[in-house]
Amino acid sequence: MRPFTLERPHDIATAVAFGAADDDQTDYIAGGTDMMQLLTDDIRRPGRLVSLGDGVLDDRIEAAPDGALRLGAAARMSDVADHPAVREGFPLIAEALLSSASAQVRNMATVGGNLLQRTRCAYFRDPGVHGCNKRAPGTGCAARDGVNRMLAVLGGSEHCIATHASDFAVPLVALDAVVRLSGPGGERTIPVEELHRLPGDSPHVETVLVPGELITAIEVPASRAARTSHYLKVRDRESFEFALVSAAVALDTDGGRIREARVAMGGVGPKPWRMRGVERALAGAACDPAVLRAAAARAADGTAPRPGNAFKPELMRRTVLRALRVVGGQP
Amino acid sequence: MPAQTLTATLHVNGREHALPDLDPRTTLLDALRESLGLTGTKKGCGLGHCGACTVLADGRRILSCMALAALYEGREITTIEGLAPEGGAARPHPLQQAFVERDAFQCGYCTPGQIMSAAGLIDEGRTGSPEEIREFMSGNLCRCGAYANIVAAVADVARTPLVPGAREPEQGRS
Repeated sequence: MRPFTLERPHDIATAVAFGAADDDQTDYIAGGTDMMQLLTDDIRRPGRLVSLGDGVLDDRIEAAPDGALRLGAAARMSDVADHPAVREGFPLIAEALLSSASAQVRNMATVGGNLLQRTRCAYFRDPGVHGCNKRAPGTGCAARDGVNRMLAVLGGSEHCIATHASDFAVPLVALDAVVRLSGPGGERTIPVEELHRLPGDSPHVETVLVPGELITAIEVPASRAARTSHYLKVRDRESFEFALVSAAVALDTDGGRIREARVAMGGVGPKPWRMRGVERALAGAACDPAVLRAAAARAADGTAPRPGNAFKPELMRRTVLRALRVVGGQP
Repeated sequence: MPAQTLTATLHVNGREHALPDLDPRTTLLDALRESLGLTGTKKGCGLGHCGACTVLADGRRILSCMALAALYEGREITTIEGLAPEGGAARPHPLQQAFVERDAFQCGYCTPGQIMSAAGLIDEGRTGSPEEIREFMSGNLCRCGAYANIVAAVADVARTPLVPGAREPEQGRS
């Protein structure tokens, strides 16, 4: 770990000013479960590390009378997963959080930091590897022709096929959640779906955040579909492992007919991937086995796998189908 | 050379410890072991994967290798040395006793982390079945493979039924 100075501001304005002032010297640390790995492995080399503890960000978990959720960015993953309003109103969010990492990590990691965690691509995480456009722009992408079992089949480019590793972000995208941001230009609100950029020819720029801009809260709109929902994660180990493929599914049904469907997938792209083709195939249709099967068949539309992850399109269809069957009560 | 030195005060096992001249890069784990001499907390992977460094912060299990010491000022840290109320071998904590009785270790290196993690787990109440204990202990690796007896030891203290006919921990999912 390289030397840095540690700053512990007590308000958002001061924390923002450190990141906005610069010089590309500032990194932020909240729960620390990703940043400490990046520092230890010499992937991030900030001159200044700014702590977002000490009251900079709030950790409140609040449910509005209509059921909408507001999560302070510093709320811990474990606290959000255990909150009654989340468990009852948004089971897919609770399940996504509980399928993430380990209990110790969930006690430390914040929900804001979860959205901003860096990819788990092994080539990004190993500074001994030369070719990683995300870590060292212009050096190429060793993953494209390397070990790419875990990597993207949607949204990648010739410069990067990293996946976004968050489980929590997947239901957020399915439910049209937004993030509140505070930065040098003031405050703004953007959909979680628009927080992360596709790699294109600049994979090192991962989000639309400007220097110094912080996530202060996550807001999830009230959703009837979310009450009947499921997060299904498929992985190489049963626990404490990132997704090969995951699906967040929520269905609002009325007398056997699907009023509204929300479907997004994780482990397949540089950001959580909303499955609008699947949703369209379900909306207004009967909740029966043939409909679910036909809808799930759309889950892999547009995929472009590499040799090491050629199994993913079929796994995506099967994962969505199983999640739909669980939520639709048709095992 | 550190770019800066800090002064921090840690609260560990009911005592205050001033850390003058703290390099901001110092992890809570290294501060416990190197500065405070509390070597019961083990350093395994140093990357949050293995759980050997598990301690409690304000009663909740965390990974001390993923924590900067300076950011844990004002938190009450409990390590394996502070788990038993009176300390020492004379009056071990029920989890320590259960690990001995169930032979829940071989080399012992992961054991302090396993026990601290189990203490946090029991407080979380996620001990309804052997399967649940396994899932919620998945942040603690044991390379000797003592998992079956670790689950049994945790179940003893949590009073988790190892129901006859139900899946026994020895036959659990791997």
